[in-house]
Amino acid sequence: MIKMNRRNFVKTVTATIALPAFAAKSFGADELKVGFTYLGPVGDFGWTWAHDKGRKYMVEQLGGKVVGDYVENVAEDASAVPVIRDLAQAGHNLIFTTSFGYMDQTIQVAKDFPKVKFEHCTGFKRADNVSTYNSRFHEGRAVQGTIAGMMSKTGTIGYVGSFKVPEVVMGVNSFALSAQAVNPKIKVKLVMIDSWFDPAKEAAATETLANLGCDFIASHTDSPAVLQVCEQKKIYGFGQGADMSKFAPTAHLTAIEDIWGPYYLSRAKAVLDGSWKSTDTWWGMKEGTVVISPYNKSMPADVAAAADKIQAGWKDGSYNVFTGPIADQSGAEKVAKGAVMPLDQLATIDWFVKGVEGA
Amino acid sequence: MSMDFIISAIVTIVGISTPILLAATGEMVVEKSGVLNLGVEGMMLVGAITGFAVTFTTFNPWLGVLAAGAAGAAVSMVFGVLVLSLGSNQVATGLALAILGIGLSSLLGTGFTGMIVPQFSSIFPSALSQDPFWRVLFGYSPMVYIALLIVFAVGWFLNKTRAGLVLRAVGENDQSAHSIGYSVIGIRYLAIAFGGAMAGIAGSYFSMVITPMWAERMTAGRGWIALALVVFAGWKAGRLVVGAYLFGILMTLELYAKASGFQFMPSQFWASMPYIMAIVVLAVISFRDRAGSEAPACLGKPFLPNS
Repeated sequence: MIKMNRRNFVKTVTATIALPAFAAKSFGADELKVGFTYLGPVGDFGWTWAHDKGRKYMVEQLGGKVVGDYVENVAEDASAVPVIRDLAQAGHNLIFTTSFGYMDQTIQVAKDFPKVKFEHCTGFKRADNVSTYNSRFHEGRAVQGTIAGMMSKTGTIGYVGSFKVPEVVMGVNSFALSAQAVNPKIKVKLVMIDSWFDPAKEAAATETLANLGCDFIASHTDSPAVLQVCEQKKIYGFGQGADMSKFAPTAHLTAIEDIWGPYYLSRAKAVLDGSWKSTDTWWGMKEGTVVISPYNKSMPADVAAAADKIQAGWKDGSYNVFTGPIADQSGAEKVAKGAVMPLDQLATIDWFVKGVEGA
Repeated sequence: MSMDFIISAIVTIVGISTPILLAATGEMVVEKSGVLNLGVEGMMLVGAITGFAVTFTTFNPWLGVLAAGAAGAAVSMVFGVLVLSLGSNQVATGLALAILGIGLSSLLGTGFTGMIVPQFSSIFPSALSQDPFWRVLFGYSPMVYIALLIVFAVGWFLNKTRAGLVLRAVGENDQSAHSIGYSVIGIRYLAIAFGGAMAGIAGSYFSMVITPMWAERMTAGRGWIALALVVFAGWKAGRLVVGAYLFGILMTLELYAKASGFQFMPSQFWASMPYIMAIVVLAVISFRDRAGSEAPACLGKPFLPNS
């Protein structure tokens, strides 16, 4: 049984209210039922919203052959276990758990359902029936870092992060390294707000960074709050997960758009034709899962050209921001000159590069 | 630390404390009347989406705030009927109201995701509100001043007016208030409606002032903090203001410490500071005043007239 306290009670009740809605649906013999656990609400206009767009794309592309259900607002703690388990019990044969914090819970439930295929987003633990997948968001961060490094007047740029997990750490590092490449003196100030979704705290963190002299602020949280404060403070920012230019027409220079649709489609197809295997998939700009939104018209032409060059470099493989020499905050060399940090090391990265202030 | 830096920090602190202060003021009045309404988070979210939707439709943020207050009061009446007229358990009903508010606001908010609304313009001339120094007094959203006015009005009402005395009497000893002819239920309905209106307005501060947008659950648990703040303040308006700003200071301090790279304490410790402070202050208060003596005596008990 689930241990009941107030927090869990609220979550469980919400989840239980949501569950019968799809548990009751009958499904045909060849119909594939795909389940998703979402971290935030589908209306966050960020991370979860992008996953849900991917789910809708998959359902649309496969017509009547697939049903896509989801449970939103699933916390990254033990309470995720019953939610994932319920999805498996309700007959979902392919389950995507779409946040880093579901890693151990996914592995745990997958043991009890060997026939169900699980896919965990941004993690690094796999099993025979558990794949991992991720997008190379750090490719987009290098575009943002290049823009911020070239345009910053104060020489200090900020980053609002959520938690110190590899996905966030590699984004911060990519942002810092690419900014340093165009302006070696640039300082990067980092604030982790210990939450993925808390618009008020995201806003306060942005104000704090602006007060400390940052004139560019990138973000790795799930709402447009950071951008809205950038707009009010007359500084610059970037959209996260989606084109957010509407929220900050002046401040929004570009955005990293998360496009999950093609991946979800390919995995659903693989289950349908029996070719599904446990893998680790990292798609990026080349495969079209990381897309850079159109640049703001106010961006100078030389900056746009440099940003385009980074994009092209990622696509044809001639550029990698994690090329040595790279030192950590203490100055110790982590990547030797000329060496490129491999993806499996990036997947577990837990140190920040030199020049990043804060944690 | 330059003057400019301190002023910027104060502006951030005041901005982030205001919605908690508003919601806690409303809840304090409810609790003073002897009712515990745990549904603040839900009422805040209903206010947040209503304020946003009305502003989006009318382009008038003032109408939005009024509508947010009305919506908060309306949804609090569901709670009122259940606990006052039907005598249901206040804790369970309050939690149900929180869940209802979260769900209802998500439902109402479908279609408003990704929209933006016009913001309040400053009520002071830009010479004052944009001035690098004077913005510390004049540079806020009108809602900040309104919130402070409300807290002081509530403090005055509770302590200096006859009506306030009656409300406190209802919360301290409902049977006595009833026996000398006051309508305990009627007064509690009014208190709950006021609490709902304040929570609704507090919610609209999130969707209209801090970040002019709608996102599900955007209050992110501030309603629960407002509940804790009422206890923290010992049901006193003055301490409520201090407590709300103290919370704002701790939260801002956490962000400054992180951005400046102080690594002598893990970030989780900073994040838990407001709650640790609350526990410490509660312990000190209860030690000094003898445990629990500040809470209204009838808090959370249903009113069943002796006849």
